[in-house]
Amino acid sequence: MTFKVLALTMLLAPLLGSAIAGLGCRIISKRLAHWSTIGLLGVAFVSALLLADRVLFQGQTWHAVIYTWGVSGNISFNVSFLVDHLTAVMICIVTFVSLAVHIYSIGYMAEDSGYNRFFAYMSLFTFAMLALLLANNFLVLFFGWEAVGLVSYLLIGFWFTKPAAATGSLKAFLVNRVGDFGFLLGISALLDNLGTLNYQSVFAKAGSLSHTTISLFGHHFPVLTVICLLLFVGAMGKSAQIPLHVWLPGSMEGPTPISALIHAATMVTAGIYMVARMSPIFALSLDALNVVMIVGATGALFLGLLAFVENDIKRVVAFSTMSQLGYMMAADGAMAYNAGIFHLLMHACFKALLFLGAGSVIVAMHHEQDMRKMGGLGRHLPWTYAVFLIGSLSLVAIPPFSGFFSKDMIIDSVRLSHLPASSYAYWCLLLGSFVTAFYSFRALFMTFHSKPRFSDEVKKHLHETPWSMRFPLLLLAVPSVIAGAWAVEWFFFKNGGILANSVVVPEGHRLLPALSEEFHGVWAMVLSAWKTRPFWFALSGIAASWLHVIAFPSVATRLEERFPRVKSVLEAGFGIDALFEWITHGTKCMSRFFYEVTDLALIDSGMVDGTGRRVTRLALLIRRCQTGYLYHYVFAMVVGVIVFAIWLFVN
Amino acid sequence: MTRLPLLSILIWLPILAAVPLFLMHKRMKDNEARWFALLVSLVCLGLSVFMYVNFDTTTASMQLTEYLPWVPSLGMHYYLGVDGISMPLIALSAFTTVIIVLASWTMVTEKVPQYLATFLLMQGAVVGVFSALDAMLFYFFWEAILIPMYLSIGVWGMGNRSYAAIKFFLYTFFGSVLMLAVILYLHSKAGGFNIPDFYTLHFSLSEQIWIFFGFFLAFAVKVPMWPFHTWLPDAHTEAPTGGSVILAALMLKLGGYGFLRFSLPIVPDACHYLSWFMIILSLFAIVYIALVALSQTDMKKLIAYSSIAHMGFVTLGCFLINVIIIHTGNVESAHLSLEGAMVQMISHAFGSGAMFLAFGVVYMQMKTRNIKDFGGIATVMPIFTAFFILFAMSNVGLPGTSGFVGEFMVILSSFKANIWATFFAASSLVLGAAYTLWMVKRVFFGPVTNDAVSALRDVRGVDTLSFVLLSAMIILLGVYPQVLLRVFQPTISHLLDLSLQSRLL
Repeated sequence: MTFKVLALTMLLAPLLGSAIAGLGCRIISKRLAHWSTIGLLGVAFVSALLLADRVLFQGQTWHAVIYTWGVSGNISFNVSFLVDHLTAVMICIVTFVSLAVHIYSIGYMAEDSGYNRFFAYMSLFTFAMLALLLANNFLVLFFGWEAVGLVSYLLIGFWFTKPAAATGSLKAFLVNRVGDFGFLLGISALLDNLGTLNYQSVFAKAGSLSHTTISLFGHHFPVLTVICLLLFVGAMGKSAQIPLHVWLPGSMEGPTPISALIHAATMVTAGIYMVARMSPIFALSLDALNVVMIVGATGALFLGLLAFVENDIKRVVAFSTMSQLGYMMAADGAMAYNAGIFHLLMHACFKALLFLGAGSVIVAMHHEQDMRKMGGLGRHLPWTYAVFLIGSLSLVAIPPFSGFFSKDMIIDSVRLSHLPASSYAYWCLLLGSFVTAFYSFRALFMTFHSKPRFSDEVKKHLHETPWSMRFPLLLLAVPSVIAGAWAVEWFFFKNGGILANSVVVPEGHRLLPALSEEFHGVWAMVLSAWKTRPFWFALSGIAASWLHVIAFPSVATRLEERFPRVKSVLEAGFGIDALFEWITHGTKCMSRFFYEVTDLALIDSGMVDGTGRRVTRLALLIRRCQTGYLYHYVFAMVVGVIVFAIWLFVN
Repeated sequence: MTRLPLLSILIWLPILAAVPLFLMHKRMKDNEARWFALLVSLVCLGLSVFMYVNFDTTTASMQLTEYLPWVPSLGMHYYLGVDGISMPLIALSAFTTVIIVLASWTMVTEKVPQYLATFLLMQGAVVGVFSALDAMLFYFFWEAILIPMYLSIGVWGMGNRSYAAIKFFLYTFFGSVLMLAVILYLHSKAGGFNIPDFYTLHFSLSEQIWIFFGFFLAFAVKVPMWPFHTWLPDAHTEAPTGGSVILAALMLKLGGYGFLRFSLPIVPDACHYLSWFMIILSLFAIVYIALVALSQTDMKKLIAYSSIAHMGFVTLGCFLINVIIIHTGNVESAHLSLEGAMVQMISHAFGSGAMFLAFGVVYMQMKTRNIKDFGGIATVMPIFTAFFILFAMSNVGLPGTSGFVGEFMVILSSFKANIWATFFAASSLVLGAAYTLWMVKRVFFGPVTNDAVSALRDVRGVDTLSFVLLSAMIILLGVYPQVLLRVFQPTISHLLDLSLQSRLL
């Protein structure tokens, strides 16, 4: 089979599945809906594997124009696709996680009246995400970018009768749109300067702009930095980077499988992918990369802190996602794209696992998400406990779990980076590993250990989930344990890293050689972990959470009482939510002013109806002249004659 | 293409068909009238499709021309013809009329034959405007449109209809009277009313500016541009559903068409001179009107304001060209903005028209326009909601829908003119999403708020058919806009040539 057939099969199979389940949503049975979407997704997964095999093992890459979308002047907009190393890695993880989540949803959504619609949305999402990844130009990228946003909107608002879900979906869409606004400006700037939106041409020509500047606010800025930063604004929206992260906690109103698929494993990593994809442009602007690293690292630390005071189990996982996305973004900023993408893959597995595990807890607890009402569930749900533990250990980066390798690689890369922001980023990430360990195990202890805090009524109904839900957990648990150890060497050190030349790092900033010097095999890395800082930060985090939840909960309470300010700042999310509220409120006020004052009072009643009124008044005035008395007219005539005579005389 | 006087048929067939509907309205059953009107509109649509498919896309010259003496002593001729700009708009008119006739099945119950006759008259007149190449003939059809539109608001409108109808009439009439003066002036210079002859006239800059403003008022009122827009929300809210669809889909396009047919090629230097004036007014429409839309509590008014905001991209695209060329010195790069404006005109008809039609479905059952009275419609009308969300997404400019294409092209090209133009134009990405989806949230999501909502019936039958047709167009244009772009490319090139030559005395 040719590349083209494989790529199109992979892309269109989920779309077909979505059409079957979506258009036939009221006609077909639940079984047909899930088997058709899962079957077609299986086809997509196999195609993705076959593509990856060609790219990663046979070294072939492919790009082609599928059709011409539109031609305008000398610009031709095409729908064109690219499969290279970066794409190959990404499509495998997306189709894999999507498959697992589809299967999980059979059990999770079993009772839901919108069952078929749910599967239709999920497959549609997979299609959109694959389009984003396959794109070979900014048009298709932007299509996928916005389309995943749309499906995310639909899925967050899946239970649209819940006001919180409706609000959450609106907020997610709007905040993402703020990012897309910057993204579109960036794309416009690229088109303006380079005359093309095609990746290959853009990357080839970008170097010619290194001395071009653009004038803003009276200063000249290098145009490449401006472009990179604008594109990065798009990434900040999608990948929930500070301060555009505000939509992600609200997105937890969607069904849990969605949180796993979209808001942890795939869509939110689109920004990470995009920055890696644009590496040839970013390589030309170290200033932009510094910003990327600072924003990423700041998010990794500070957004993780927010999880300290959160009691909703799903939202804890959501905060951890934002923090981990910060890690990946920091890796992108350090031009350690291999590390960033590796962490993305590992994170997709263990975070989906954590979310689905949390989902199982929620189902077992009859849709209770508050951890304060849980506790001691480990005995009742051993299976769920086991996978949740695996996920947490991987997230916290305990060797030899997968997360250990990926996170260690990021921290090492940032440590080795020569960019000025790297020392700040290094400490953020290091402290971040303490933070990660603390909140992860806080959640674990609160949920599965400690004393049960639920009623006997709930206890009676506690049950382990059906096999259709446990099987996908197993699918994700295996890579969460072994994938890191299995793949790390191959991913980083064989033939110059797995991403090969699909990412570009300028000379003098290549980190792989230095990492390679420090790397002496997988087991050496595991065994020497105790000599590294991140390991001890993580362990102390676990210990601290044990003290906090299990050993001395009273001390924790007293600390909370002692420092109420800290707690309220964290609960308010550093005031960023309030800032957005304030902007929204201001916009609404401005809107009302424009409507009521400018539009209604000034333009409509003043100018339009006012003109009408003035004409009427003038007419009333002039009407007085027409009195009907003959002597008035004669008088006017005489006056006229006299004036005329004087005029003649004067001339 | 053909020896058939296709354009005359498209103009006069619906007008003649309106006559029996008017005359026999007492003896005709409502459904007979509907089938008859449907037949006529389908014939027109069929002919337009034939015209679209057989259109010669390699030339910018006028096609399907018809030339007959009308009042030869005054230089007036019955001169018709189409190029790549007018032809898609004519096809659009035929499509829109079919949609309106289909909608009459469920949304009109009073004076059905006369209603249909009114809209058939309107179609004839609209096609007349788009195909007239004689300025007097153009003016004749231009004013003729006011009559059916005035009637449709005044007769089938809602509570405050007489205010809205008169406001609409006076406003647009006021604009077009000045246009008549300008046309007469041009006639005195060219010795005839042939529009193509006007393209060779030379004037001084101040003369050009006078002519420009004569046309400007007529077209700016129709588009409508800020600050001449306040008639539209009133007209929309009071008009019956069909009237609103026509207003959004066709009436507003007359203004955009006027700029392309008259202002740009006849007074290019004035257009050049006033570029920034027009660009700023357009950006004002995009940002200010979008903000105004945000605080609407009347659903139809909200859609009306959003419609104005989107038309801002049409005028923006039209008047960016000179600035782009100053900055790049390259005609090629101006294509993007002018073609974007053209695509936006067509796609706006599907997007806004569909929203108004969809609103009609709810209005028929609820008899209220107040957003507060809705809430939770998605629970009771799932199919309708699915359609509406698609239309809303087109309104938001989501890639893959028609609403994206024009805005994307104009925004991309605006960067060549000025980064701040792009900044303000692209703000519609956020503002458009804000007012559209906030409305969707309040109307469709959340729990069912009252009994009136829970008693709603989902869309079905003939309305579903209209929605499917509109959705198909929205997606077709979004996925493959080349089907439209290729039609007007040579004409746009020609228009750019015309509007970039200086014709100062």
